[in-house]
Amino acid sequence: MSLINEVDYGTPASRSEKLVTLTIDGVEVRAPEGTSIMRAAMEMGTEIPKLCANDMLEPFGSCRLCLVEIEGRNGTPASCTTPVAPGMVVKTQTERLKALRKGVMELYISDHPLDCLTCAANGDCELQTQAGAVGLRQVRYGYEGANHFDEVKDESNPYFTYDPTKCIVCNRCVRACEEVQGTFALTIDGRGFKSRVAPGQDEPFFESECVSCGACVQACPTATLSEKSLISIGQPEHSAVTTCAYCGVGCTFKAEMRGEELVRMVPFKDGKANHGHSCVKGRFAWGYATHKERILSPMIRAKVSDPWREVSWEEAINHAASEFKRIQATYGKRSVGGITSSRCTNEETYLVQKLIRGAFGNNNVDTCARVCHSPTGYGLKTAFGTSAGTQDFDSVEDSDVILVIGANPTDGHPVFGSRMKKRLRQGAKLIVIDPRRIDLVRTPHVKADYHLALQPGTNVAILTAIAHVIVTEGLVNEAFVRERCDAEEFQDWAAFVSEPRHSPEEVAKVAGVPAELIRAAARLYATGGNAAIYYGLGVTEHSQGSTTVLAIANLALATGNLGRPGVGVNPLRGQNNVQGACDMGSFPHEFAGYRHVSDDTARAIYEGVWGVALDNEPGLRIPNMLDSAVEGTFKGIYIQGEDILQSDPDTHHVAAGLAAMECVVVQDLFLNETANYAHVFLPGSTFLEKDGTFTNAERRIQRVRKVMSPKNGFGDWEITVALSNALGFPMNYAHPSEIMDEIARTTPSFAGVSYARLDEAGSVQWPCNEAHPDGTPIMHIGGFASGKGKFVLTEYVATDERTGPRFPLLLTTGRILSHYNVGAQTRRTENVAWHPEDLLEIHPHDAEQRGVRDGEWVKLHSRAGETTLRALVTDRVAPGVVYTTFHHPTTQANVVTTDFSDWATNCPEFKVTAVQISRSNGPSDWQEQYREQAEQSRRIVHSIEAAE
Amino acid sequence: MSPDKLIYMANQIGKFFSAQRHDQAVAGIADHLAKFWDPSMRKKILAHLEHGGEGLDPLVKEAVQKLGMMNFSRTDVVAGSAASVANS
Repeated sequence: MSLINEVDYGTPASRSEKLVTLTIDGVEVRAPEGTSIMRAAMEMGTEIPKLCANDMLEPFGSCRLCLVEIEGRNGTPASCTTPVAPGMVVKTQTERLKALRKGVMELYISDHPLDCLTCAANGDCELQTQAGAVGLRQVRYGYEGANHFDEVKDESNPYFTYDPTKCIVCNRCVRACEEVQGTFALTIDGRGFKSRVAPGQDEPFFESECVSCGACVQACPTATLSEKSLISIGQPEHSAVTTCAYCGVGCTFKAEMRGEELVRMVPFKDGKANHGHSCVKGRFAWGYATHKERILSPMIRAKVSDPWREVSWEEAINHAASEFKRIQATYGKRSVGGITSSRCTNEETYLVQKLIRGAFGNNNVDTCARVCHSPTGYGLKTAFGTSAGTQDFDSVEDSDVILVIGANPTDGHPVFGSRMKKRLRQGAKLIVIDPRRIDLVRTPHVKADYHLALQPGTNVAILTAIAHVIVTEGLVNEAFVRERCDAEEFQDWAAFVSEPRHSPEEVAKVAGVPAELIRAAARLYATGGNAAIYYGLGVTEHSQGSTTVLAIANLALATGNLGRPGVGVNPLRGQNNVQGACDMGSFPHEFAGYRHVSDDTARAIYEGVWGVALDNEPGLRIPNMLDSAVEGTFKGIYIQGEDILQSDPDTHHVAAGLAAMECVVVQDLFLNETANYAHVFLPGSTFLEKDGTFTNAERRIQRVRKVMSPKNGFGDWEITVALSNALGFPMNYAHPSEIMDEIARTTPSFAGVSYARLDEAGSVQWPCNEAHPDGTPIMHIGGFASGKGKFVLTEYVATDERTGPRFPLLLTTGRILSHYNVGAQTRRTENVAWHPEDLLEIHPHDAEQRGVRDGEWVKLHSRAGETTLRALVTDRVAPGVVYTTFHHPTTQANVVTTDFSDWATNCPEFKVTAVQISRSNGPSDWQEQYREQAEQSRRIVHSIEAAE
Repeated sequence: MSPDKLIYMANQIGKFFSAQRHDQAVAGIADHLAKFWDPSMRKKILAHLEHGGEGLDPLVKEAVQKLGMMNFSRTDVVAGSAASVANS
């Protein structure tokens, strides 16, 4: 293994298909029109010296190092800013160029500390490399002149340092922040010799609006911006390409290693989802992998009130297996089940559902998509025949109109959010439908054309009103509808949405959005060119989540915004492998590839391969399991990598369900909140410690590569294999690639997927099979899997969670950039510096009415329960609406959420809870009790103590 | 699961399909229950209907009746047996 060094072509690739022929250093070359001379030269293997150029950034032409001579042209133009031209004859190395470059380099070096031996960038410094490239042998100016050596290092950011003494003012960091990230947090302050990089209003990095994405650090050619881990450890010596374990964007990274120690995660330019960009989580927040709270030994206990007892793997596995057998013998086959994890690999998820179906003999398997994107699966399968988004991320580059509903991409999917912002800066129009003023509504150089700040719970009404405008104003794409959709279903739908009660003027009364705004948004979506819809959990986590997905699909069908780049219906998946977990048969009614368990053909495939008869009945969903547990018929559960006590609604009910079970097996990195109710704890492994694959929101299957030994001893897939074997359902795999081979053998949409194929192509998007050997970046080109696109009537049904005198405000929950889901990982990193606790956003008007001031403790009270947290008074939320995150167990926001759920999938209605706010002195009695209970539950008798 | 909760869930499903033509709606609700509800849940809602089906919306009542008449190859499981699962 060696360090992967990607080629830097100096400037971005041109998208032109027209080729230009020119001569560089006597060699005839062809390059797409618009390509820089620098890139054309690099494509042929000639590296022109450079410092301010980088192929992630637009050319800038400031360093004066990349000069070339062009026959027939005066002077020595910069090769980065000069495009190729037909017949051009270029020389990259002449006596004049050599002298000029040396002179420039002398000036740089005369104001640069010569501490190369102790510098963090030693061995990976472009200044050092280019000094060598230009043949610098002396600095005639000496080092005694004016310089910047006394400037003070900024170490305020938890992950990187800014050392101005080493800055060559190449502007790469500033441009990366603007062009790649789109935050515009950096600038060059001062003029001439006083020019320096300055975050925000010349503040420390941490206090500025910097979002710590790392683009500036990556762009820096010297040690000016350096990872603290690199400074501490030293230069890496080998690397492996792997996939981030946060969010559904699925960024590809190089895990840069020294031995088995991770030095840094560097975004991989060839990553098809992220194209070399990253966010604060994937780039920096991996410290949880070695956090002191990680559990590395298996543990068991008879009662949840007992302390944990460390045991051998054999004892833990055998104990869990014997308990499940005992429970099934006592209470019946259907009395146990399990939960797969969207944080685990496809292979691990596949094995857990295989264990449940094959060893437990029932279909009581579910996954955390139950509480996030299960309505997406239902809705898109109904409308288009396939349970997945229609586009790849690159598609956004061809969008003219972007409609974002119930999603906050700059926080939840930040790397894609940056790409979206880039397209918006290029001129695409933006419609935001969200109760909150998310950052996209107004962010540097981006302003939503229309923000429909609707009342929480009225998505269906608004989308049907948009459909009303499209139909009644004659904006339907009739040719598309005629060719691709069922005519009768369309007629029914068109008549339905045309009813006056669906007009914007009527809907405005319930949704709180002015009718003219709805009409304008509808016209823009239908007539603005390529229109794409991006949505998130603000769509799905409602009692009408599935109806909303169907309403979105209706809009795309009616306007013909499907089946080509720039359009489509794009669910932004929350966790890294939500798509994969759903694909792998994690739902109680479906095998891998979304085939119903009653499908005799599909069942026969698995019965043949697994060697057991399989249940043809749908199993229990997570909320059904918990209800059945409270009722006394569901007694045991195997939970891999999920923390339902914190992530699922109505915490008291979840706790009651778990407490009623006789065997709860939790497999995780940490003693999470659910483990408070566990009898067996099986320590899990991180994504750095195992091989596998994740599938991102664009159906892209990507490799996860093991870069260090599992600290717990085993990959999670090996633990499931051991448990299955102990249950008497043998599994034999030597490597996760063999699990993928079985998936490919048994799942038509994955038939062409193998580790060899992924290694060769980098990634593929399913379906990948004989019909689509290279995968499917954009779906539904020319037709739908189900034949015709299906229009579905979407009657608005108000949620039963109503506000009233006791609970007059509506709570909606979400996530923040620096944290991930329940925070189990990110809370164990320096990311807590940005968000140490969950806060309650409340409008100034509502705060004033209740005498609540910014930063004060408030009690958040609903019909389900109460908790306390600090208030953040902001007009980001509308009057009558409050918002919080669910990242911290000390808050347990889900104590107040209810068990209302989506009609089709039981996805919880996290986004609408009627609440009241009042002033408080501090944590509630329940929070204090919970803290004590959690502490008691986490007591461990270590194996040495036990032996004594 | 308590009958009240099942009744609530079934009526929720019914409200979605109620916008459709009558026969389509009844078939849609019944199909949904058959596809997504665990046999023990179906058994309980069928038992509730046998006792009059109080609380079920009219459309849902019809759908549950239809569900009861569906010719499942898996009726043994609906009846509460796990005989169709021949796992070792």
